[in-house]
Amino acid sequence: MSSYNLTHLAQLEHEAIFIMREVAAQFERPALLFSGGKDSIVMVRLAQKAFAPSKIPFPLVHIDTGHNFPEAIGFRDWLAKDLGARLIVRYVEDSIKAGRAVEEKGLNPSRNGLQTVTLLDSIEELKFDACLGGARRDEEKARAKERFFSHRDEFGQWDPKNQRPELWNLFNGRKNHGEHFRVFPLSNWTEMDVWQYITREKIPLPPLYFSHEREVVNRNGNWLANTPFITLLPGEKYEKRIIRFRTVGDATCTGAVESTASTLGEIIQEVASARQTERGTRADDKRSETAMEDRKKAGYF
Amino acid sequence: MSTSASDTHYLSMDLLRFTTAGSVDDGKSTLIGRLLYDSKAIFEDQLDAIERATEQRGEEHLNLSLLTDGLRAEREQGITIDVAYRYFATPKRKFIIADTPGHIQYTRNMVTGASTANLAIILIDARKGVIEQTCRHSFIASLLRIPHLVVCVNKMDLVDFKQEVFDEIVEKYSEFASRMEIADVKFIPISALHGDNVVDKSERMPWYKGASLLYTLETVYIGSDANHVDPRFPVQTVIRPNSTEHHDFRGFAGRVAGGVFKVGDEVLALPSGFASRIKSLHSSDGDVQEVFSPMSATITLEDEIDISRGDMLVKPHNSPHISQDVEAMICWFSDKKIQPNGKYIVRHTTKEVRAVVKTIRYKVDINTLHKIEANPEIGMNDIGRIHLRTASPLFFDGYRRNRNTGSLILIDESTNATVGAGMILWPDLTETKLPSQFVEMGGL
Repeated sequence: MSSYNLTHLAQLEHEAIFIMREVAAQFERPALLFSGGKDSIVMVRLAQKAFAPSKIPFPLVHIDTGHNFPEAIGFRDWLAKDLGARLIVRYVEDSIKAGRAVEEKGLNPSRNGLQTVTLLDSIEELKFDACLGGARRDEEKARAKERFFSHRDEFGQWDPKNQRPELWNLFNGRKNHGEHFRVFPLSNWTEMDVWQYITREKIPLPPLYFSHEREVVNRNGNWLANTPFITLLPGEKYEKRIIRFRTVGDATCTGAVESTASTLGEIIQEVASARQTERGTRADDKRSETAMEDRKKAGYF
Repeated sequence: MSTSASDTHYLSMDLLRFTTAGSVDDGKSTLIGRLLYDSKAIFEDQLDAIERATEQRGEEHLNLSLLTDGLRAEREQGITIDVAYRYFATPKRKFIIADTPGHIQYTRNMVTGASTANLAIILIDARKGVIEQTCRHSFIASLLRIPHLVVCVNKMDLVDFKQEVFDEIVEKYSEFASRMEIADVKFIPISALHGDNVVDKSERMPWYKGASLLYTLETVYIGSDANHVDPRFPVQTVIRPNSTEHHDFRGFAGRVAGGVFKVGDEVLALPSGFASRIKSLHSSDGDVQEVFSPMSATITLEDEIDISRGDMLVKPHNSPHISQDVEAMICWFSDKKIQPNGKYIVRHTTKEVRAVVKTIRYKVDINTLHKIEANPEIGMNDIGRIHLRTASPLFFDGYRRNRNTGSLILIDESTNATVGAGMILWPDLTETKLPSQFVEMGGL
């Protein structure tokens, strides 16, 4: 590679840093939505680089469903402390108690959709005008249509048919009072890019991503972990398997994959030969053909 | 071909952004589908989902457009509303495809996709040859100065893979393209449906001596696409840690929009005109000796000078044009026509200023490329030339010299919508003082 060329990872990195700085410059009260998952961990690394030697100039905000893996929560708290970053946590449980959100019926209620209520309430309460998220266009077909700077109206809604065109590197973050933006610096990254970047940067991750033995139950082809949020159906039983998680969301809707990949190199090998998308293990996307679009229109991540 | 990542090969992969232009029937979705499928960027669960959806619609062939048409309205109406971005990689390169729809909001979408592209694929149906739409696509590619163009003559299987058909299209296209400025054009006869010359060389067209499409995409030289000649650093934000450890640190954060900056270089701050030297450079890998376009960096200077967002660092003997009067080709995205004397917000590099449209010079008929100079009106999806006067000076280069410092967008103040995209023309010699080395640059 000649001296004035950049690798694809470097180009993605410089682009993401540029976007983060645009957010810091164009908005008054930005926040970084942090889940403890690998994409948001990469976002934190990029934010560190964008503003060094200053600290990250916005808080990390986690919308906690109460159904998270303890490993993810532990990692979240460690990282925030390690960086000296401000961590704000808001709980779906509180929205349910306040009557603002209603728990789903059934044996295994998912709180995935309820996060939208808590998220929008938090944005209003904390007066955020831009929320940085780690969503990528390669994850899902509705996300393939997302902008870097994605406008949300005063109800937090996305209007996919009426988005602002984004040309060159010119991002229009103008808005009226009460509206906000969701900003996605990793838009052009793929799952593989994220793993390669984690490897290149030697970024620590929660142990969930690496192969380990765990009690799981097979439901509709997905391996769900034994957690207090899952109730076994008649005929189901837990068994021990060697698994890892490709994506980490709520324990109720994130399936594990059987895998012996215990190092980043092995994970990259596995991603390269994977024949299922990363979100193929996410039950929340499978509820209908446009499940993601419908949730996003309502204000989801 | 595979995306095998057994070693560290990915540390030497580069990135090609390309756009595809075409309409419903020219096989664009099939071509993209094939590139994605053959590079293993389509997964089994995606394929299952498409198969289910295709079956439900009672369609016969696997409808690969369902891969990119992600929105409910698009799937219902069977049309593409918006630019869709798709990704794939080979061991040599990562690719970003901006897939732009051929009909609705056509100009807006293609201009958007083209604005960041290194390369455009233009599809021609071998049975139809060069049609009006081919001209429109090519004009926009030329206007947006996409450095490389690949004309794929598709559906060669339907013309019995005849060389005469291909040669005739090449000749017609070349004749027409000579009226525009297109730097690098390649022609490839393909059959997207059967895969001829897409990934591998076709045995059914032995007369074609060139490379397959994928090989072309993997090897086209993009190292000179960015400007590494004219140093330009628009300041995004100022970094001041206010900590004991970095008490005096004052860094100017931005993305190099052109050229190269090195530690020790003399720089000039615009608009103040104050000179200083680069004390240190910081990039994603920490302290570095030089940075170049398109790197994000933080620059500290030897002297304390007042610099803020919207200012620009340049080199003393290579200044951009500084003016409140800007001539630009404009693509319009709003159903409200451009108002003569209308006021808009201009966003150019990191600067935002108010501006007024002083004159609408002409509109381009994008089918004939003729200029319409009598009472030109520029409405939705039109392209034309305007004269803008800004409330404070912009620091710009001609778009043909630098896409970063030569581009701007117009924003409607009442709706905050992005209503126009502009490509700045280097001003006429009569209007300005121009360094002699730029004389040959001429207009757009």
